[in-house]
Amino acid sequence: MSLATSASKRPINKDLLAFAVIAALLLLVLPLTLDLFRLNLVGKYLTYAFVAVGLVLCWGLGGILSLGQGIFFGLGGYCMAMFLKLEASSPENTAIQSTPGIPDFMDWNQVTELPWWWVPFQSFPVAILAIIVVPTVFAYIIGAAMFKRRVGGVYFAIITQAIAAILTILIVGQQGYTGGINGMTDLRTLLGWDIRTDSAKFILYFVNAALLLGVILIALYVKGSKAGRLLIAMRDKEDRVRFSGYDVANFKIFVFCLAAAFSAIGGAMFALQVGFMSPSFVGIVPSIEMVIFCAVGGRLSIFGAVYGALLVNWAKTTFSESFPELWLFAMGGLFIAVVMAFPNGLAGIWKSYVEPIWARLRERPRPAPTTPVTAPPVPLPVASIAPIPSQAAAE
Amino acid sequence: MIGDYTYDQFFSILAMQGFAGLSLFSVFVLMALGLAIIFGQMGVINMAHGEFMILGAYTTWGVSLFVTSFAPALFPVYFFIAMALAFCASFTLGVLVEWSMIRHLYRRPLDTLLATWGLSLILQQLYRTVFGAREVGVTLPDWMMGSLPLTDIIEVPINGLFVMGLTTLIATSVFLLMFKSRWGKQVRAVTQNRVMAGAVGIDTKRVDRLTFGLGCGIAGVAGSAFTMIGSTGPTSGQLYIVDTFLVVVFGGAASLLGTIASAFAISQAQSTMEFFLSGSMAKVLTLLTVVGILMLRPQGLFTLKIRR
Repeated sequence: MSLATSASKRPINKDLLAFAVIAALLLLVLPLTLDLFRLNLVGKYLTYAFVAVGLVLCWGLGGILSLGQGIFFGLGGYCMAMFLKLEASSPENTAIQSTPGIPDFMDWNQVTELPWWWVPFQSFPVAILAIIVVPTVFAYIIGAAMFKRRVGGVYFAIITQAIAAILTILIVGQQGYTGGINGMTDLRTLLGWDIRTDSAKFILYFVNAALLLGVILIALYVKGSKAGRLLIAMRDKEDRVRFSGYDVANFKIFVFCLAAAFSAIGGAMFALQVGFMSPSFVGIVPSIEMVIFCAVGGRLSIFGAVYGALLVNWAKTTFSESFPELWLFAMGGLFIAVVMAFPNGLAGIWKSYVEPIWARLRERPRPAPTTPVTAPPVPLPVASIAPIPSQAAAE
Repeated sequence: MIGDYTYDQFFSILAMQGFAGLSLFSVFVLMALGLAIIFGQMGVINMAHGEFMILGAYTTWGVSLFVTSFAPALFPVYFFIAMALAFCASFTLGVLVEWSMIRHLYRRPLDTLLATWGLSLILQQLYRTVFGAREVGVTLPDWMMGSLPLTDIIEVPINGLFVMGLTTLIATSVFLLMFKSRWGKQVRAVTQNRVMAGAVGIDTKRVDRLTFGLGCGIAGVAGSAFTMIGSTGPTSGQLYIVDTFLVVVFGGAASLLGTIASAFAISQAQSTMEFFLSGSMAKVLTLLTVVGILMLRPQGLFTLKIRR
């Protein structure tokens, strides 16, 4: 990194540096310093980082608060879990059941044959395709129905939340087809490769980290592209963008689908690394917690979102074991704090406190402070009351 | 004959389920009224609304314990005291919350959503610490027990009837307050044009605070009524919050009448279907229908005719 880079190139280099740091952290520092159990935990947290990165694009840039990211995380996870479950339910493994060859929870619920929509998941390529396609199509349907009618903001948040609730009730209620409240447990092998062994967990961690780095790159590309600029413009003045001739709805649908696809990859990796998938990662509470991962890291910073997901989850694991009561207070406090005190999260704190000091140390001009997320209050039009000359003359 | 039932049985089932739906309807209306005032009139998303309701329920429970141990003579009428106290408790907390949090966030509805969700987590944990994690129930006075036989098949429980009467009373007073009183006029003025309302001398900050407090207070009364139908736990409020928001949005956020109509439609649909399907499927179908209709008609059922 040369110091003499021109100002126009600096952001790109800064992103590169941040990317190098996060890549080194994920691929070198953590695997070398943590034992396998904790590394697997970090891998689990990183699956949430996929969701958080998607939320940065969707909510931070686009201003679309989706309280339904759990839907897509869950759909991706369930697609992966269905494939793994079918593989684990080979006729040899399930010989004791009254109908061998189908998943155990179906057998317990008197389902005697594989439902038609389970059949395609017997093939690995179809399952991989479904992990991406199913949630994205679902997001497209929701997005098209809402954004084409110019529904946004609060209504969108409430409706996505309702859909998350519906999906959870559906999964829990249809026990025979989905595994119900327990979810799909006892996932053993991926194409004959035992995913429960230590070596497999180690390899899966790296696959997960590599995928996350890929997702970060895509997100950075979108953020830096013209579409990213337009998203910010829509967040701040939607009508202006529309009057300039852009189809606002299509951009919003695009970013919502992209965030959904990211979440789905995270969900699939979650199912692989943790070895089960259950409705407790789908509903209202996990979905809104995913928003907080993003908000703590910084709703405008892609790297911040990854750190936020790691940090909040780490804190949750650490504190909820030893002080379960304190943790819920802290979680509630976090929600309030990121809204009231630091709306740009960790990244915002970094930008407004660390970087100026850094700049002063290197005797550089201070970087301009970032604009806050919230729009400033609209000033009232100033009415000037001056006597009209003609009237004054008539008196 | 309809399916396996005779006409007589079929209509009795409909009537029974319809009545069960009316109990649900009452809870919905009481919760949604407060929410409609806060969300519809102020544009604030209060995710902690359920916790305000539970505060009312715990207050009622506290009063019932107090009365049984210190003033057993009051027991038949303790409920009315409890309701007034529940209103006061939730109103006070609401005003406090408005002063400390909400007033800084009026222009940022999505942020109120997140902040109040945090508040709801904190309140839930507080209830767990103070009252314990187990659900509590109140003892009903004798005159609320039992049921009225209407025909030889249909019986209606008295406490359900009482809750319905209560709902009617509260809904009526909210309407009178909003549309016939000076204060209601001020609230509506502030909603329609805050700047102008301020210019003609309405203290908009005070109106905001009282409106928020009133919405929360009504939630407290809802919680009080809720104790008669079921038991109360620290997380009971969260069960209803999404349904209630859907009720409000479905009815058209700015219309109180729409709120009542949509609460009726949703509760009846759910309870009637519950008899023929499993409970979870009935709920899924109802919610799906509501979400579907909202996608076709985002403004909800009843909207104010104003130029946009």
